[in-house]
Amino acid sequence: MKILVCISHVPDTTSKINFTDGDTQFDTNGVQYVINPNDEFGLTRAMWFKEKQGASVDVVNVGGPETEPTLRKALAIGADSAIRVNTEAKDGFAVAKELSKVVTDGGYDLVIAGRESIDYNGGMVPGMLSGLTGANFVANCIGLEVDGTNAKAVREIDGGKETVNTSLPLVIGGQKGLVEESDLRIPNMRGIMMARKKPLNVVEPVGANSETSANSFEKPAPKGAVKLVDADNIDELINLLHNEAKVI
Amino acid sequence: MSVLVYTESENGKLKKAALECVSYAKAIADEMGTSVTAVAINANDTDALGNYGASKVLNVNNDVLNTFNAKQYASVIEQAAKQEGATVAVLSSSADSKYLAPLLAVGLEAGYVSNVVEKPSSLSPFTVKRTAFTNKAFANTEISTDVKLIGLSNNSFGVVESGGSASVEDFSPSIADSGVSVESVDKAVGKVTIADAEVVVSGGRGLKGPENWGLVENLAEVLGAATACSKPVSDLGWRSHSEHVGQTGKPVATNLYIAIGISGAIQHLAGISASKVKVVINTDPEAPFFKAADYGIVGDAFEVVPVLTEKLKAFKAQNA
Repeated sequence: MKILVCISHVPDTTSKINFTDGDTQFDTNGVQYVINPNDEFGLTRAMWFKEKQGASVDVVNVGGPETEPTLRKALAIGADSAIRVNTEAKDGFAVAKELSKVVTDGGYDLVIAGRESIDYNGGMVPGMLSGLTGANFVANCIGLEVDGTNAKAVREIDGGKETVNTSLPLVIGGQKGLVEESDLRIPNMRGIMMARKKPLNVVEPVGANSETSANSFEKPAPKGAVKLVDADNIDELINLLHNEAKVI
Repeated sequence: MSVLVYTESENGKLKKAALECVSYAKAIADEMGTSVTAVAINANDTDALGNYGASKVLNVNNDVLNTFNAKQYASVIEQAAKQEGATVAVLSSSADSKYLAPLLAVGLEAGYVSNVVEKPSSLSPFTVKRTAFTNKAFANTEISTDVKLIGLSNNSFGVVESGGSASVEDFSPSIADSGVSVESVDKAVGKVTIADAEVVVSGGRGLKGPENWGLVENLAEVLGAATACSKPVSDLGWRSHSEHVGQTGKPVATNLYIAIGISGAIQHLAGISASKVKVVINTDPEAPFFKAADYGIVGDAFEVVPVLTEKLKAFKAQNA
């Protein structure tokens, strides 16, 4: 089984979010970049398929040279090789279109992407990739088993989960649950050394058009101070929620 | 030219998010000088959608579609949009709608923007405001394709009654191959889900153990609320992952969010920031949650919450 894991290069979850150039660009100053958490759960599940079922695992990112440390980290965790599509990730559609070429050229059976990236939260790349390549698709995937060309997946739904049967080729939008937080791997020294020698192939883009563009950003208006209510005066809280906030 | 809206239902009953999407579609249609067509799949009483702004309802009734399938549903909506010549399509932010949206976008060659929170600020260029960086910011996003697909954030626009009426037609699209078949569904019956809830009551590590969750559940029951938890609580296995709200969990955009024994890590606060009113109950007055909350009680949850639950029960009984 040939697995491709899509890796988004995103600001660490503790990052302060600021903008520059008249609020048109994300301010990368002082921001640490990481593997998108949803992708990391998928990558870790892919490692399981590699170790237990002999799958090969490649990772891919659409982005400039600045994203290579993130791909090297994925290699240090255990991926066999990396591909970087050398173009700016303009929007979800353009990224999906670039990835669809990589998927078709590489003949991948299973594509594992994250449910969404934690920066733009578009949540569209895996679905569009399936639409563009004709592969089956499971979103919000929290469990995956593969037996031959048959796959059994668990999808999180509103208020529960559903188990589905499908077949390869398959694209999933993965998230926590594919593996547990405690299963995530921190690259060890040997992994980091080996990652330096693994192939990181830079491929040129097909030049996909974008369909959307984020033209400017805003931050939420600053919040007023909290109103503290005495623990012995719960009636006052109920009064405030009813008469002031009007939510009960 | 029209605005198409997919009105989601569960067991035949239209969801509140569907009414909100129709209200939103109506606001766009008014600006564009056109009308709203709703497409409903195996839903009852769809003529009621007229009251929220739909002029026409396409009713799809087909037993094959009794179980949700993203590819089949996307294909149905695609056929409806093409029949109606829709230039804008609107969906909710439910798990199912978010699942089918990218497939629909590819089918319609439509630029898709998810998590939209307001009606377009401009029709030309077509620009909508969406949340980004997990609610830490908004992005004003332009869609440049002929057909635009909008995923509306739940609880962002509100349900607006316009008092109109709709003509209802049967619509019989061709049914696509499914590719994915459902084997089983595991869903709590009669429980409010986080996605649909008006109120969410959430517990953190301050509750000391899963055996104490009765506090959260009792309060939630009185308020008709969904229950949720912080990341450490789901990582410890006290509650299921499906209750984890925050940056890597579920986003919450309710009218009222009550946090019990949650300190307020930046990732948690990001995930719940779209909620309108936040209440925190925590023993530690220095907990970061107090900076993000509207109302707070510094106190022991084990003493405060039972009193709050009892008093709310009395309040509800009085105001019922």
